[in-house]
Amino acid sequence: MLKKVFQRPGYLKKAAFHYCPGCGHSIVHRLVAEVIEELGVGEKVIGVSPAGCAVLAYYYFDVDIGEAPHGRGTAVATGIKRSLPDRIVFSYQGDGDIAAIGTAETIHTANRGENITVIFINNGIYGMTGGQMAPTTVLGQNSTTTPGGRDMIRDGYPLDLSEMLAITRGSVYIERTSVSSPKNIRRTKRAITKAFKVQIAGLGFSLVEILSPCPVNWKMSPVDAVKWIDESMVKTFPLKVIKDEIAKEI
Amino acid sequence: MRGSHVIGEAAARAGCRFYAGYPITPQNELTEYMAGSMARLEDGTFIQAESELAAINMVIGASMAGSRAMTSSSSPGISLKQEGISFLAAQELPAVIVNIMRGGPGLGNIAPTQGDYFQATRGGGHGDYRTIVLAPSSGQELADLTPMAFEYADKYRTPVLILGDGMIGQMMEPVIFSDPIDLRELPPRPWKLDGAKGRPSRFIRSLLLDTSQEEDLNWKLARKYDSIIREVAGAEAYLASDARLIVIAYGTAARIARGAVKRVREMGLKVGLFRPVTLWPFPKRALMKMSRHVKEFLVFEMNTGQMVEDVRLSLEGRGNVHFYGRPGGVISTPEEISNVINRLYYRQYLEEE
Repeated sequence: MLKKVFQRPGYLKKAAFHYCPGCGHSIVHRLVAEVIEELGVGEKVIGVSPAGCAVLAYYYFDVDIGEAPHGRGTAVATGIKRSLPDRIVFSYQGDGDIAAIGTAETIHTANRGENITVIFINNGIYGMTGGQMAPTTVLGQNSTTTPGGRDMIRDGYPLDLSEMLAITRGSVYIERTSVSSPKNIRRTKRAITKAFKVQIAGLGFSLVEILSPCPVNWKMSPVDAVKWIDESMVKTFPLKVIKDEIAKEI
Repeated sequence: MRGSHVIGEAAARAGCRFYAGYPITPQNELTEYMAGSMARLEDGTFIQAESELAAINMVIGASMAGSRAMTSSSSPGISLKQEGISFLAAQELPAVIVNIMRGGPGLGNIAPTQGDYFQATRGGGHGDYRTIVLAPSSGQELADLTPMAFEYADKYRTPVLILGDGMIGQMMEPVIFSDPIDLRELPPRPWKLDGAKGRPSRFIRSLLLDTSQEEDLNWKLARKYDSIIREVAGAEAYLASDARLIVIAYGTAARIARGAVKRVREMGLKVGLFRPVTLWPFPKRALMKMSRHVKEFLVFEMNTGQMVEDVRLSLEGRGNVHFYGRPGGVISTPEEISNVINRLYYRQYLEEE
């Protein structure tokens, strides 16, 4: 008798992802669904999907999902969580959504210490709209609105949102990971698990920033894209635990 | 009791359990009242949001989760909330939004005006939608219409606006409240997001990339708005049965107009008042009925002429429509309006049979 070691998580619908070849969203969706299943909280979870590539998250996650206006994910999640404090609420947002148009909502949600979990996909580009500069586009990186590369004089610097959130007093756990290799994927899953556990324990605001490949808009092969994360992107966005105020193991 | 406080107390009694708002004059008294009233309730939530955008989006979340939710602001803040109001309409979420109007455009001033009529009655945000708009003109009506706003929002799953102004918000009058409702007696919300326990998961969205799906939603909303037009439109008539001239005004302007009508009646002029209580849907049918025996209409607004367009559209040429407006936060006196009525009355030879 063979042991089943890998299967579709219970909280992913039987739908094919619409994401582009080599995109990191599908990996992160799977990880979030696995964590929800392993923590046994699927019937209590309410997710918030963003405007951006992951807007269709409600086609994939088999949990209750509400769609937020662009950038407002953490405000919508706040409204849900405060109305139903015993539910597990997460918002899933891309870099343009969370670090440009939704910066104010995100900082204040973290600073209020809202007991929610944020999954922040950083692929350094506006994917759904066709590859414009994101707040997280690194210096020198090409995009349709930074031809010749992001220039600090013209375009300003990439925004270190997670580090900014870490200095708010309300945030308790913030980690930056990537899905560029099996090892990093496992690390990402551990971080997502911890972030949800922080919420389950009622400790406050948790966020996992995940460096994620966008081969189509980066104009790279999927293999080159993950290599670019490991060799270039991490220089601007180093993988690390940015804040961890959890006193004991949870 | 102060008008703003009346809205707050009536909302809490109507089962409002979630309020998010941002400071802006002249409606801060409502936000402050909600801070207290939500804190006194075991299951109440008050959040002073970092922005008008955050406030309306918190209301979206609370509504998704099944709460009776409200936010309030004044004109410039309501402009900022429009994105969220459009989402509420598209996602068919109930919510109550209070606009205590102030002078505009731009930062304007903090004096009472009715400059936001178009914004309120034409949807206000992007896309093909409407919001129910209630226009109270007294403290008692604030106490009566606020629960109605929550009822309509739930019944039609749509955002409802309460449109007042600095005068209504600040005015103190005695009021009688209805008893607090029992939240357990409210109809269930089989669409809310509260975790998929023992049922299939749900989602609430407004993105419909398939044009036929978006068209279906638009027609569905249109049919809903048709039933709202049939079932919700309301107006009050005052001394109108034998009138030869009808003044049309709402909210604070209607209170001033009422005083003016009283004055000119004492002089023997046959003048009445038609006061829309719902601005959208506009009480077209009631006005049309009135046009059978009245041909002269004077619209008085605290703006340069907005509702007058709905009056003309409603009458479809059956009567002469005149306009008098004072924008910018200027408050007319009943004497000023009675002079306007007087001039018009004699100019149109209404004293002759």
